[in-house]
Amino acid sequence: MTIDAGKAADASAPFGDVPPEPSAGALGVKIEGRSLGRIAWNRLKRDRVAMTGGAVVIFLVLVAIFAPLIVKVIGHPPNEFHQNLVDPSLQTPIGRFGGMSWEFPFGVEPVNGRDLFSRILYGARISLLIASLATLLSVLIGTVLGVLAGYFGGWVDAIISRTMDVFLAFPLLLFAIALAGVVPDRAFGASGDVLRVGLLIFIIGFFSWPYIGRIVRGQTLSLREREFIESARSLGARAPYIIFREVLPNLVAPILVYATLLIPTNILFEAALSFLGVGVRPPTATWGGMLSDSVHFYQVTPHFMIFPGLAIFVTVLAFNLFGDGLRDALDPRAR
Amino acid sequence: MGTALVLAVTACGGGGNSDNNDNDGTATAEFGAAVGKVFNPSDAKGGTLRMAHGSDWDSLDPADTYYGYSWDFIRLYGRSLVMFAPKPGPDGNQLVPDLAESLGTPSADAKTWTYKIKSGIKFEDGTPVTSKDVKYAVERSLDKETFPQGPTYFNDFLDLQGYTSPYKDPDPEKLGLKAIETPDDQTIIFKLKQPFSGFDYFAMLPATIPVPRDKDTGTKYKEHPISTGPYMFETNNLGKNFTLVRNPNWDPATDPNRKALPDRIEVSLNVNADDIDNRLLAGDLDVFVEQTGLGAAARAKVLADENLKKNADAASLARLWFAVVNPDVAPLDNIHCRKAILYAADHEGYQRAYGGPIAGGDIATSLLPPQIPGARKIDLYNFESKKNGDLEAAKSELQQCGQPNGFSTTVTYRAERPAEKATAESLQQSLARVGIKLTIKPYPQADYTKLYVGKPDFAKANNLGVIIYGWGADWPDGFGFLQQIVDSRVIRPQGGNTNLGIKIPEVDQLLDQALQTTDKAAREKLWGDIDQKVMENAMALPGIWAKVLHYRPPNLTNVYVSEGLGGYYDFVSLGVKQ
Repeated sequence: MTIDAGKAADASAPFGDVPPEPSAGALGVKIEGRSLGRIAWNRLKRDRVAMTGGAVVIFLVLVAIFAPLIVKVIGHPPNEFHQNLVDPSLQTPIGRFGGMSWEFPFGVEPVNGRDLFSRILYGARISLLIASLATLLSVLIGTVLGVLAGYFGGWVDAIISRTMDVFLAFPLLLFAIALAGVVPDRAFGASGDVLRVGLLIFIIGFFSWPYIGRIVRGQTLSLREREFIESARSLGARAPYIIFREVLPNLVAPILVYATLLIPTNILFEAALSFLGVGVRPPTATWGGMLSDSVHFYQVTPHFMIFPGLAIFVTVLAFNLFGDGLRDALDPRAR
Repeated sequence: MGTALVLAVTACGGGGNSDNNDNDGTATAEFGAAVGKVFNPSDAKGGTLRMAHGSDWDSLDPADTYYGYSWDFIRLYGRSLVMFAPKPGPDGNQLVPDLAESLGTPSADAKTWTYKIKSGIKFEDGTPVTSKDVKYAVERSLDKETFPQGPTYFNDFLDLQGYTSPYKDPDPEKLGLKAIETPDDQTIIFKLKQPFSGFDYFAMLPATIPVPRDKDTGTKYKEHPISTGPYMFETNNLGKNFTLVRNPNWDPATDPNRKALPDRIEVSLNVNADDIDNRLLAGDLDVFVEQTGLGAAARAKVLADENLKKNADAASLARLWFAVVNPDVAPLDNIHCRKAILYAADHEGYQRAYGGPIAGGDIATSLLPPQIPGARKIDLYNFESKKNGDLEAAKSELQQCGQPNGFSTTVTYRAERPAEKATAESLQQSLARVGIKLTIKPYPQADYTKLYVGKPDFAKANNLGVIIYGWGADWPDGFGFLQQIVDSRVIRPQGGNTNLGIKIPEVDQLLDQALQTTDKAAREKLWGDIDQKVMENAMALPGIWAKVLHYRPPNLTNVYVSEGLGGYYDFVSLGVKQ
């Protein structure tokens, strides 16, 4: 670990603990100060597509966080009815393009006239919150179990790997629908939206850990046989030390990449559950729920379907582009 | 109107006097042209009537069907003892004899009902129809193991003495049921357990359509029911499509009610609902079998375009969309808290949730839909003048209830129904104006009454205070409409209830009184009294009396909405232009 002082000292880079490549010591003075993290960052900066994706992701996160403020300035409370803006017998918004105006930039919902702009913004909160926390949960479980399986091998690996197989073979969507349907409205000391959001995070996160787990296990398996681990072991390092100081730092890159790519999958999954009516309960706005409501009206008020559809599309695309760019930057060999 | 129809029939029998001046008819296409009058009256025979169904038929077997569209359609290939008069407007609410020579003759205590069957009626193979065929048909309809879907009125009211099914009947003729007597081939006598003054409605049920015993194949009979009506099955691919052609053994002289204009009737099943709407609008299809009206998209399209709107009819259904205000749940056990909900609700919002005043329905001020005999105007809470609710009155009721700042409860709806979801959201918004906070809970439709809202202990334990629901009568009659939703004695603790918590002793007494009242006018007045009592106790929040928006393609003739059939086009009168 302390063989190459120059690299280890660079604590500001995320991958400061990465052990040296065998040839690293032979490189010139110029490159000495650049960690793998710095190199990756430079590569990422040159990737315009990934940077655009990243910028959109940051923008979306900010929008989600500040949704109440934005809505206060331009918009209306997301659950407020504006029935005067909806034709009573047609049920469609009065005015062109779904009632779009400066006051209602995205128009209003059919039937009850809720502000679509506010609902899209609030929908972003639910989507991103559930997707990111569910990803965090699956990364946590996946990393812990993956490292254990890969590092210890033997019966530990056998049990964990078979568990992963079971989870991967699980009809997740059906199970999610069933579970979300039977959980009572007051459970685990929570109720209402808090409970539903928590439940969705659990369902989505708990059942997608094997994807991360398998990758982590594979990486650990190959790392375990590498020389720097062998040397650490021969110097008498124990398993916890090796795992935390030698293996995990080398796993940060793949974990980061796959977490970034898991988020859009989870956004889609949350949207699917909301679309099927087992997600967060109405009237709380969700993109999937809005899509589901719009199905009956898409022929007459397409805006009601376009905006939530676009929101999901843009978010998923942005995360995917950013995740792809990140992978290219961190692991050029994967190109 | 009556004379005009008789004329029309003689014209048919005489063979083709096509121009019949029906005073109540109209040939001008306009919105509602087939409501209360006949649109495009015609006697021109021929052509093919094309119909489509959005899913599968529940069953073509007369013993096993319980959908309004099926009761409408079945009269094309089957004749029951009596039927609703094939007339537009309130006349269509009247029963007229079909197989029978006249309506039923009751005994003095209304427990024995006698019908005489017309002579000269034959099955499609030429065999004469006798009273024994009717008895056999009713007997098989009692077998709920073989035919689980049909109504259970005969099971509930006939004096069965343990009889379950002709398939388990030791009698060689399989006619062992003692509750029905057939002294000769033309006479049939029904014996009931209890007086029932409205038995003629039972004689209208498809279960009295005769079934020849030697052709009965049990559950397979639906593949080819033997016709007594003007049409018989040519092909029948279950779940896909079927075709009806003219029945040569149907004698129009015995049947003043059916015009039988088209030569062929083709029905496609499991067609996409939006596709059905689009084909109706394009003229590629004549009738939407299920008669539940246009979907939201087509509705908006039709109402926005005068050229399409003139081909549409908004028909009133004998159906109420409403919410039960559950007195089992605190603080709704206090009448003032219940009244606060009734006052604070936005009735226009309720109406919008179901499609607005034209396609959705009229704001209901009480339970009984106005077209049901006995319904009278009851508006105790000024729903009509205060369409968006009466907040002052609601606040004062909250004061009297001891909850001046409002309270919290739950509103439930059937997850699969967008209109009920919109209703829940609208109620949440409108009740919040006086501080009543509603939590919205959807439950799956299939188990809504079985496991959730219709299970009293579940509803109570989960604090289900406002339960969104809907109810329609099997036929326009106060008993059929009210009994299952307001009689507290039909509430079973194990669930499956359709009375979701309305418990008023006076209402139970009035219901008993009505069943024993043979005088029609006196009985009908009692339905109004019951309605009044439920509203006084504020146990239901009436939403809207439903309407449905039908589209009639311009080439349909003889179109009208039948009130007796609950707001559907009368299929037995329809014809097509060629």
